Amino acid sequence: MTNDGVNWQYSEKVKEHFFNPKNVLFDDPEPGQFDAEGEVGSPACGDLMKMWVRVENGKIKDLKWRTFGCASAIASTSVFSEMVTGKTIEEALKITPQDIIKELGGLPPIKIHCSVLADQAFKKTAENWKKSKKAL
Amino acid sequence: MKKRIYLDHAATTYMDPRVKAAMEPYWEKNFGNPSSIYEEGRAAKKAIAGARLKVASVINARPDEIIFTAGGTESDNLAVFGLARSSVGGRTSHRPSHRPHIIVSKIEHHAILHPCQALGDFEISYISVDKNGIVGLEELKNTLKKETILVSIMYANNEIGSIQPIAEIAKIIRKHGGKVLFHTDAVQAPPYLDLNVLKLGVDLMTLNGSKIYGPKGIGCLYKKRNVKLKPILYGGGQEAGLRSGTENVPAIVGFAAALELAQKDREKESKRLEKLRNYFVERILKMEPSARLNGSLENRLPNNVNISFCGVEGESIVLYLDAKGVACSTGSACSSDSLEPSHVIMAIKTPPKYAHGSVRFTLGKKTIKKDIDYVLKVLPGIIKKLKNISAI
Repeated sequence: MTNDGVNWQYSEKVKEHFFNPKNVLFDDPEPGQFDAEGEVGSPACGDLMKMWVRVENGKIKDLKWRTFGCASAIASTSVFSEMVTGKTIEEALKITPQDIIKELGGLPPIKIHCSVLADQAFKKTAENWKKSKKAL
Repeated sequence: MKKRIYLDHAATTYMDPRVKAAMEPYWEKNFGNPSSIYEEGRAAKKAIAGARLKVASVINARPDEIIFTAGGTESDNLAVFGLARSSVGGRTSHRPSHRPHIIVSKIEHHAILHPCQALGDFEISYISVDKNGIVGLEELKNTLKKETILVSIMYANNEIGSIQPIAEIAKIIRKHGGKVLFHTDAVQAPPYLDLNVLKLGVDLMTLNGSKIYGPKGIGCLYKKRNVKLKPILYGGGQEAGLRSGTENVPAIVGFAAALELAQKDREKESKRLEKLRNYFVERILKMEPSARLNGSLENRLPNNVNISFCGVEGESIVLYLDAKGVACSTGSACSSDSLEPSHVIMAIKTPPKYAHGSVRFTLGKKTIKKDIDYVLKVLPGIIKKLKNISAI
């Protein structure tokens, strides 16, 4: 333990993704920018997550997100967005919350549910993507 | 190490060097056990007697009304369990019509709420607070009944700093009559508020060293002479049989010194911090329209700021501020084991979008305007960044 005050129970990887989250969608999406979107959680529960996906040639080209959440939710979703990029939707759906936690170098036990949120948001987004495919 | 700005004085405080100096002789030089009858023991006993007298005179009590404990949590537990066990003669099961009754506010510290919940066969009533965190006196009046044995309402809240009208509450309780005792957890009060127990009208009062620039792991319970308590710790019979265990002499001496200093400086320090605090609040609310002060500036500890930022999670703000060298805390769900926002923030009916985004800054002795200006400089960027990430 260092004594610099920034050391808390999170791993270096969590901190890296928390302070510099990857693939956040800063501006509202333009029409046609994404193929599908999904949303889980509620402000009342203190965890609202939105996700957008663009699929090209059967593979995830772009996965963007926004979350009203704590450090773990931000880091989990950021690392998840990196993990799924380049994978097919089916491959990406196989990623479990445990995989996300492993990739982050662990999460404090009470924070596990935050990683589940990224997983659930993606399931919802993938479901909506499949529906949009059927409609075509 | 980079300079840190410590704005979490309600969590704990650094020790005043004068307190540290007062404690110094009792680690190595005067190390005796106060129960020993020889010289070393007598010296230790004398130190405790001196500290007891000091604490008693600060709060306008008599020395035998001061029970030293290992801190605020223990004092609160002793008040609740000690009184509960004394009032029912050790019984824990009662006929429903005779269940003893305890009244607490919804915003008590967990050191009161959890002992009450652990009592078992007791009826507990939780008095609501208004949007500023002040208990409803009418509700209290209507909740008192003949089975009531204890009312416990904190003097000043640790999260939002709301100050309860303790003397008024005491009057209501006396008017009701019966054997109701009144306890107040006053651990946040000493640097800012009057602690005169006769003016306050309390039967029991909890104090603590670690919030008043004193040592940690020490506190006391004031217990009016005629109040009967049963101990929660048994053994050598120290503290008139109410708190067995060899006395923590250096901490007791330090606690008494800290309490005396806190009360001596309180008017001047309250004025200084209130001015600084109001400047801080005003500036935050001006630069961040989505911010909301939890509670009002009236009847509030002069060092307390509790502000919510809409759509931004409190833990994230605290950790971003931490990385910028600022220490503060949050009542957000994610900072707790329960994943629920703090019971205090919920009790003042903070809307959900705000409830998860509360940040508490508590100023103290070393806080100067420059520190506040630094926070005001870094905060907008942090809120902006987190808002960009936020889905709300």
